[in-house]
Amino acid sequence: MTELLLRVRDLRTYFVTEQGRGTARAVDGVSFDLHAGETLGIVGESGCGKTVTSLSLLRLIPEPPGHILPGSFIELEGRNLLTLAPKALRAIRGNEMAMIFQEPMTSLNPVFTVGDQIAEAAIVHQGLSRRAARARAIEMLKLVGLPDPETRVDHYPHQLSGGMRQRVMIAMALVCGPKVLIADEPTTALDVTIQAQILELLNRLQDELGMAVILITHDLGIVAGTVDRVLVMYAGQVVESAPTPELFARPLHPYTEGLLASVPRLDTPHPRRRLHSIPGQVPAATAWPAGCRFHPRCPYAWDRCTVEEPPLLDAGKGEPASHVVRCWLLAEPARRTRQP
Amino acid sequence: MATWLVRRVAASLAIVFAVVTFTFLLLHLAPGEPFLPSGDTPIDPAVVARLRHQFGLDQSLPLQYAKYLGALAHGQLGESFALHRPVADALGDAIPNTLVLVGTALVLELLLGLAFGVYQAARARRLPDVALGYATLFLNSVPTFWLGLLLLLVFGEALRWFPVGGVVDPVVHASLPWAGRTADRLWHLALPALTLGCVGAAGTARYERAAMLEVINQDYVRTARAKGLPERRVVLVHALRNALLPLVTLFGLSFPFLLTGAVLVEWVFAWPGMGKLTAEAIFRRDYPVVLAAATSASTMVVLGSLLADVLYAIADPRIRVHGE
Ligand SMILES: Nc1ncnc2c1ncn2[C@@H]1O[C@H](COP(=O)(O)OP(=O)(O)O)[C@@H](O)[C@H]1O
Ligand SMILES: [Mg+2]
Repeated sequence: MTELLLRVRDLRTYFVTEQGRGTARAVDGVSFDLHAGETLGIVGESGCGKTVTSLSLLRLIPEPPGHILPGSFIELEGRNLLTLAPKALRAIRGNEMAMIFQEPMTSLNPVFTVGDQIAEAAIVHQGLSRRAARARAIEMLKLVGLPDPETRVDHYPHQLSGGMRQRVMIAMALVCGPKVLIADEPTTALDVTIQAQILELLNRLQDELGMAVILITHDLGIVAGTVDRVLVMYAGQVVESAPTPELFARPLHPYTEGLLASVPRLDTPHPRRRLHSIPGQVPAATAWPAGCRFHPRCPYAWDRCTVEEPPLLDAGKGEPASHVVRCWLLAEPARRTRQP
Repeated sequence: MATWLVRRVAASLAIVFAVVTFTFLLLHLAPGEPFLPSGDTPIDPAVVARLRHQFGLDQSLPLQYAKYLGALAHGQLGESFALHRPVADALGDAIPNTLVLVGTALVLELLLGLAFGVYQAARARRLPDVALGYATLFLNSVPTFWLGLLLLLVFGEALRWFPVGGVVDPVVHASLPWAGRTADRLWHLALPALTLGCVGAAGTARYERAAMLEVINQDYVRTARAKGLPERRVVLVHALRNALLPLVTLFGLSFPFLLTGAVLVEWVFAWPGMGKLTAEAIFRRDYPVVLAAATSASTMVVLGSLLADVLYAIADPRIRVHGE
């Protein structure tokens, strides 16, 4: 087993909403491990808490209104990020653990050149001179496959297309050679053809640089060929977690089943048709349903599901905790046949 | 960029022309006449008629207007009715005083406004922000002359920290060495510039606070934090640089307000600038002075907004490229 990099236990990030509409329990008890060089996929519909989870890892949650609850635990190579002093935390951000965001159009600062924005982290973390950092930025632009990097380095974000900006974001995140890269829906805002290119690029860079990647997406189809392990999130919780081949071969949670059924088949290209087979939508984070949070949308749900919240149950064959599911079906498998 | 500049300058000239025309019409439509006996000093009607003839006021309005424009095109501003000197000389004395006052107020407005706005945004909704919010709201709502009078009474009359009016001390100024004369000027400038600058700074602070609060929630600010930059750099470089853009526009907008405010402040502090000159000229129906003052004030305003546009194009790379 490779070295354990990141250990997350019982992460809870809540938001106090305005006008007393209650507390949004955006992330509500998420646990996972990330090993060196591994790729972890976090999958779930919009509003399931994927972004809040990833922002929490770098402690980028706006406080207030958000806060990470005591009892949560995020450990990077033995350092508890939740008790770290601000300065030590900054030394990790963008240096050991970096992040790219969903919106390449708004995530770059419009008034600075892309070269300056890439170079900045290298100057701050590695103490590079401006000149060396600029050379480094050009190198990074070359690495992420931006054509004509010597010219592009002096361009402003508005002069680049969405795909090129996302490449710049990747270059910026990787400039210090982080151990962990968090990519929050890096392709969602892009055209389908560009999506494939960016995913390919991330794959290639991971092979070359050997960092661990957390790839967040709402599309199970994207993780299939890319990630080692999948974490399925629903309503702020992990509902299923398994190695990728196992998850695709033996999805146990009805939500995972639904996600899989909505993945567009390769032979029938329908990239726009997603999640049609799961009726309803993710409820507001201020009002998660009682019992199993998925029960109002679940085709198998029975009375137990409406009152009793299922824990993560071990479904692993052989290795313990390799496949876990938050569903009462695991305790009462006979119920599965009674699908309406 | 060049065609844009040409168009912009043409528009500016049109605005100045419109101001001259409008002022001319207003002056002649308004009741009252120059050279009329004011109250108890009787004047021979023959003298009035002779003066009216001498200054061309007995001619038809269109003819007077055409003549004035012709002279203006040649840079001639005419002779003041009341001051017995060329209008250009009177303006030449007054404009530098006003520019010093307005320029200092502008610097105060931008620096104080920026500092308070950024500080407030960083402490948003906490006590310092709320307190400053009330203070700026107050300054923003009191009339400028009222604030001027207040400062004058407190710091001029009661505490005697500052002189109560004028540009320099009439008695000792000439005998002072260079440094002393500069200090004397600054000492006289303090209250009027502070009056004018504080009112503007209050508005700028409120504006800049809102701009910062909007920018601070942008995705690219989060990106800057995710890079591991110190919070100071995140706020003062990544956020502020973007929040400065609206301030450049505000600079163009605030210039006319400062000039208008200067009229009142000059009156309160007996500051011999354009505002005071114009106000006195209006009371005396000194047409050439009023017209020339309106022309130069509108020229300054359009130049100010032209400068703001150019600055904006320099400050925002997105505009720079489109302009080229
Ligand atoms: N700043 C915030 N204030 C209040 N609620 C928030 C905030 N950010 C996220 N949330 C809530 O947290 C939940 C999860 O959001 P998010 O993590 O963005 O979902 P995902 O990335 O999976 O689409 C949502 O219900 C959202 O409304
Ligand atoms: Mg998201």
